[in-house]
Amino acid sequence: MTAVDVAAPAQASTVKTGRFVYIASVFLLCAWVLVPLYFLLINTLSSPEAVTSFPKSFVPEFNLGSLEFFWNFSGILNAIKNSVIVAVLTMIISIAVGAPAGYALSRFDFRGRELFRLLILLTRAFPLPLLALPRAVMFIRSGLDDTVFGLALVHATLAIPFAVLITFSLFSGIPLELEEAAWTLGCDRLTAFRKVVLPLILPGITASAIFAFVISWNEVFAAAVLTIENRTLTAFLLASLAESPLYLKFAGGFILVVPALIFIFAVRKYLFAMWGIANR
Amino acid sequence: MAQIEIKGVAKQFGSYQALHSINLSISDQEFMVLLGASGCGKTTLLRIVAGLETPTEGEVWIGDRRVDHLPPRDRGIAMVFQNYAVFPHLTVFENIGFGLRMAKVSNDEVKRRVERNAELMHIEQLLARYSGELSGGQRQRVAVARALAMEPDVILMDEPLSNLDALLRLEMRAELKGVLAESKTTAIYVTHDQVEAMSLADRISVMHQGRIVQSATPVEVYRNPAEHFVAGFIGNPPMNFLSAVPEGAGRYRVADKVLDGPNGASEPLVFAIRPEDLTLSNDGFAATVKIVEPLGPHLLATCDVAGTMFRAILDSDMTVKHGDKLTLAPQDGRVRWFDPESQRAVA
Ligand SMILES: Nc1ncnc2c1ncn2[C@@H]1O[C@H](COP(=O)(O)OP(=O)(O)OP(=O)(O)O)[C@@H](O)[C@H]1O
Ligand SMILES: [Mg+2]
Repeated sequence: MTAVDVAAPAQASTVKTGRFVYIASVFLLCAWVLVPLYFLLINTLSSPEAVTSFPKSFVPEFNLGSLEFFWNFSGILNAIKNSVIVAVLTMIISIAVGAPAGYALSRFDFRGRELFRLLILLTRAFPLPLLALPRAVMFIRSGLDDTVFGLALVHATLAIPFAVLITFSLFSGIPLELEEAAWTLGCDRLTAFRKVVLPLILPGITASAIFAFVISWNEVFAAAVLTIENRTLTAFLLASLAESPLYLKFAGGFILVVPALIFIFAVRKYLFAMWGIANR
Repeated sequence: MAQIEIKGVAKQFGSYQALHSINLSISDQEFMVLLGASGCGKTTLLRIVAGLETPTEGEVWIGDRRVDHLPPRDRGIAMVFQNYAVFPHLTVFENIGFGLRMAKVSNDEVKRRVERNAELMHIEQLLARYSGELSGGQRQRVAVARALAMEPDVILMDEPLSNLDALLRLEMRAELKGVLAESKTTAIYVTHDQVEAMSLADRISVMHQGRIVQSATPVEVYRNPAEHFVAGFIGNPPMNFLSAVPEGAGRYRVADKVLDGPNGASEPLVFAIRPEDLTLSNDGFAATVKIVEPLGPHLLATCDVAGTMFRAILDSDMTVKHGDKLTLAPQDGRVRWFDPESQRAVA
């Protein structure tokens, strides 16, 4: 009894220190992410004059001047349109290819299955230039260069591994017995998939599609290398980095970040599921 | 008419032989129980009948049709899975009605059948819930109701009551037996609970290591086990065994006694007797009491007879204690003999 009494305060103080370090780390990490975002936000919502002036205010003026300028900058609308088209195409390709692969990985026992899973992860081990430069050459030869479809193909290569891993973990989370029960209750394989598996994984598929969208939306290197006329927003901003005014960059950054943030936030649950599987 | 004929069915998983040439006939409307220890192949056999597993060899017939090449939905079966397999995205109502909807049964009829079967399984107040909001036992009852609602020719049940508490289980057991008898369904019911098997079955098929070792009525399985394994598996506690050395002309020395046994055997046999078929007398096996367990209606005494463990069920009025010497005599007509080589019973 006494031993416990003596030990308790010491223990309490270690717990306290531990807690302090924990909270401080959380605070630092949040600041790391949030402070730049905050600056991005206030500068976007300030007039062009305020953005270029000094010292800076820490509260936004809620002036839409920068955004307006951004919106009217020549070529921006086209770049946004390209970005959306490429991202949507990436989404479609990566789900169309990734989801069946994920289903096969989780449901069928075939030779080289483990190796296949490893290879999927390995595709992420190569730096993008290694993929993009040979592609650029290939695309020029085949006439796919400077097209949104060609770029979407490259982005799909980036997104497919994630799509496979996410859908694999989704399908694995659905016991085969559920499908079997549906078969005994009058379904063929396809109806069982439609009536039982699909409703269960639809949210996850949506999440993985959105993730593919974000990957494409944010990707800049391949976009810059592979497109000239049909630039996506990232490539456009990069190309005009030198000559464009500061407030245009801020507004562009903001427009890039916001959809990505919203989407990632919406699908965070499924990304955790994927890491769970990928770390195994 | 939905008799089931299983002819020479074998199943191999890789190099592992899960079923060895199973032959089994189940007549129309019969309640057949597959009984056996964990891992003996009960589920595998049931899944082969359901069409969820393809046999490596052999044929399965339901009614007059050979079905082993047909998908599950064309076999006229419904199945209750060991792990329930209740659809998580549907309410209990839609779960029970799932098969009926697939069969394009009218809404009114779906409602009627769902409600009736939910009532049978005592889950009528849960119809609006999702499976995530149910306990294991409730899910199991949803699974049974879902299969019953199909009104199939054949119902296959894989330990459908295993997750219920003792009292509910007893009640459901009786309920299920009544429903199935009334609905004229042929049933195959898997369990490892022998009391459940005895109480439900028209016939029990005892399985052991991928083989059916005996198919007979519960009384027959209990009274006349066909194999050493069955004798040691059925009954709580199971039969006692002693080695029997032939002494010529149908006489055998068992422990310190010489008994009449099967004629013609010149090799040693195994003598078997149920604990409840022993009486106290002054002419029997000399037994030393080791453990005494009062079980309420009677008393279980674990003794030592010639160095072998030997159990006897005695009257609960008896006062026996550790170290007592008893003389236990086997009742006439209750003794079984087994060939230690083939494990089969010897008449
Ligand atoms: N898909 C499979 N692949 C490999 N082996 C399997 C497979 N399914 C079952 N087995 C093996 O076959 C044997 C029989 O399995 P089964 O599921 O039929 O047992 P069971 O009698 O139903 O047992 P329990 O009472 O525990 O449910 C087991 O040894 C099991 O390991
Ligand atoms: Mg089983």
